[in-house]
Amino acid sequence: MSTADISAAGTSTAGVSTPAAEASAAGASAAGTEVLGQAAASARTAGRSGGVAAFARLLGSELGLTFRRPRNLVMLALLALVPVLIGVVVRTFGSDGDAGGIVAATAGNGLMLTFVSLYVLVPLLMPVAVAVVGGDAIAGEANAGTLRYLLTAPAGRTRLLAVKYLNAVVFSLALTVTVAATALITGLALFPVGDVTLLSGTTVTMAEGLLRTLLIVGYVTAGMAALAAVAMALSTLTEIPIGAVAGTVVLIVVTQVLRAIPQLDWLAPYLLPTRWTGFDAVLRDPVATSDLGQGLLAFCAYTVLFGSLAWARFTSKDITS
Amino acid sequence: MTVGHDAGAPSGAPAAIRTRGLTKVFKGGQVAVDALDLDVPRGSVFGFLGPNGSGKTTTIRMLLGLVTPTAGDHALLDRPLAEALPSVGAVVEGPAFYPYLSGEANLLRYDAANPASSARDARSRVGQALERVGLSAAAGKRYRAYSLGMRQRLAIAAALLRPRELLVLDEPTNGLDPQGTREVRALVREIARDGTTVFVSSHLLAEVEQMCTHAAVMSHGRLVAQGTISSLHGGRPALLRVETPRAAEAARILDGLGLAEVTAAGSHVTAELGGHAPEEINAALVRQGVPVRGLAVVRPSLEEVFVGLTGEGFDVDG
Ligand SMILES: Nc1ncnc2c1ncn2[C@@H]1O[C@H](COP(=O)(O)OP(=O)(O)OP(=O)(O)O)[C@@H](O)[C@H]1O
Ligand SMILES: [Mg+2]
Repeated sequence: MSTADISAAGTSTAGVSTPAAEASAAGASAAGTEVLGQAAASARTAGRSGGVAAFARLLGSELGLTFRRPRNLVMLALLALVPVLIGVVVRTFGSDGDAGGIVAATAGNGLMLTFVSLYVLVPLLMPVAVAVVGGDAIAGEANAGTLRYLLTAPAGRTRLLAVKYLNAVVFSLALTVTVAATALITGLALFPVGDVTLLSGTTVTMAEGLLRTLLIVGYVTAGMAALAAVAMALSTLTEIPIGAVAGTVVLIVVTQVLRAIPQLDWLAPYLLPTRWTGFDAVLRDPVATSDLGQGLLAFCAYTVLFGSLAWARFTSKDITS
Repeated sequence: MTVGHDAGAPSGAPAAIRTRGLTKVFKGGQVAVDALDLDVPRGSVFGFLGPNGSGKTTTIRMLLGLVTPTAGDHALLDRPLAEALPSVGAVVEGPAFYPYLSGEANLLRYDAANPASSARDARSRVGQALERVGLSAAAGKRYRAYSLGMRQRLAIAAALLRPRELLVLDEPTNGLDPQGTREVRALVREIARDGTTVFVSSHLLAEVEQMCTHAAVMSHGRLVAQGTISSLHGGRPALLRVETPRAAEAARILDGLGLAEVTAAGSHVTAELGGHAPEEINAALVRQGVPVRGLAVVRPSLEEVFVGLTGEGFDVDG
């Protein structure tokens, strides 16, 4: 038995000749399928049927971590406070001055507060919250050392990345819904309820106004999800979560600055922040679907590009933390 | 990447771990593991020895798919890695958990990551794993508040979440108190009795000697020896040591009996035992009137074997 022999340094282990090893390496794939034991084969079948349930379980675990983490809850609560603040300010000061435009519109209809709040939060504050969750996704686990245990569990690298991304998308949705919901409730409580006057001057019913708000929530979530893909890609590059988060925030700020430079007008349509606020297309009559479509296309492109980068990096990376 | 069952190889028993030419060169040219040919038979308790920096953890990371080898093949349980891993429990380079979760919640988290685990019996399996490592009382405590030894125990519990075919334990007794160390040794024996192969890295030689059936020794990323514990000892002869006030006379008798390397010093005599039976030597000494105060067979400890193989130096393997 080869295992009973002692192999001295420099000499090959008696009983295991190099040709044998080479032969086995050469026929690795063929032999690999042959030696699958009964257990492995049945595990594979079970894996296929139970795969969805197992994926859902891991996603559930991930969502549980995300939505029980105090840091994330504080971010949600703070952002939910902003619409309330705006509502109170407009209610207090907006009606007695000769405030025009958007403020007057807000004071005139409860539904407009949702639109205004998102317009205020979408350029920076909401993206920062998404960057925190997305940037932490892989780097946070690597930093804590939990990544090596998740992967040996074995979570599977592609599977784990998919779960992490879906988790960030759900967080983006929760964030948008939270902001929209508190804005809606505040708006309905503080301002008149009735037909909504759109940006193009036409008036629609309250019901249609609500429907359009839903459309906005979907669009903003898609925009945040695209940012989550960027944050996630950065998250696979480092073992320091703060680095990935800060990197994403810096990218957001830099693109916002680039947008503001008139000479770079040609670049603006390709930048995420330009598209984020494109949801005002929903408030035109008829809805400017081509603008919305282009925005969604841009979100898709960012998600696919940065998702692929994250995948390529994460599936080939040495986990040494 | 994986090695199949080489039908022609004389090793009859199926392998729990098998590597061929496994090599890892880190960025910057650091050769952490150099052409490793490891054969861990199923059912063995296999000690993986080596000084600090000799490449033990890097080897384990490659075996578990965390680090991609620069060259070579490896297989766990003769299966593709993704199919083997659900049956492998591992502790790699110390415990790592979510500090804000309880011990129990942490184990549920890792269990959720295993696609072969079902949610239905997760709680009971977690409870059993905690009980096996003596952590039941601290199950609801936050990991942040765990002591070093409790953390180490939790890491072992995570490796025991399911019935395993192979346990890979990287220095599992690190940071444990003497009771904890004894308990881990007993646990390893118990697990091995159930037929699970245990691959345990350590630099505590006495520990390996007490708990393992096989061992391999690493030095500077290379394998310098592997085999059963007795075959590792086998490289060095057992010594007979006789305590007597009449050492010179005893030496003459041992010489006469054909023992090699007989040396008398003060009030004792040593010689290589060879194939002789110690009780017969004792009888011969007494028959010829040599008062025997003590007689012992001294086998070289694994520590001596280890130092012989890896050198006396204290410096880490860089
Ligand atoms: N990520 C890395 N990048 C570069 N070199 C590394 C890396 N990880 C380990 N090494 C080097 O590889 C060698 C082997 O390290 P390894 O951690 O495998 O040793 P070990 O045998 O586990 O040591 P110990 O007993 O101290 O745990 C060391 O020289 C180490 O410096
Ligand atoms: Mg180590």
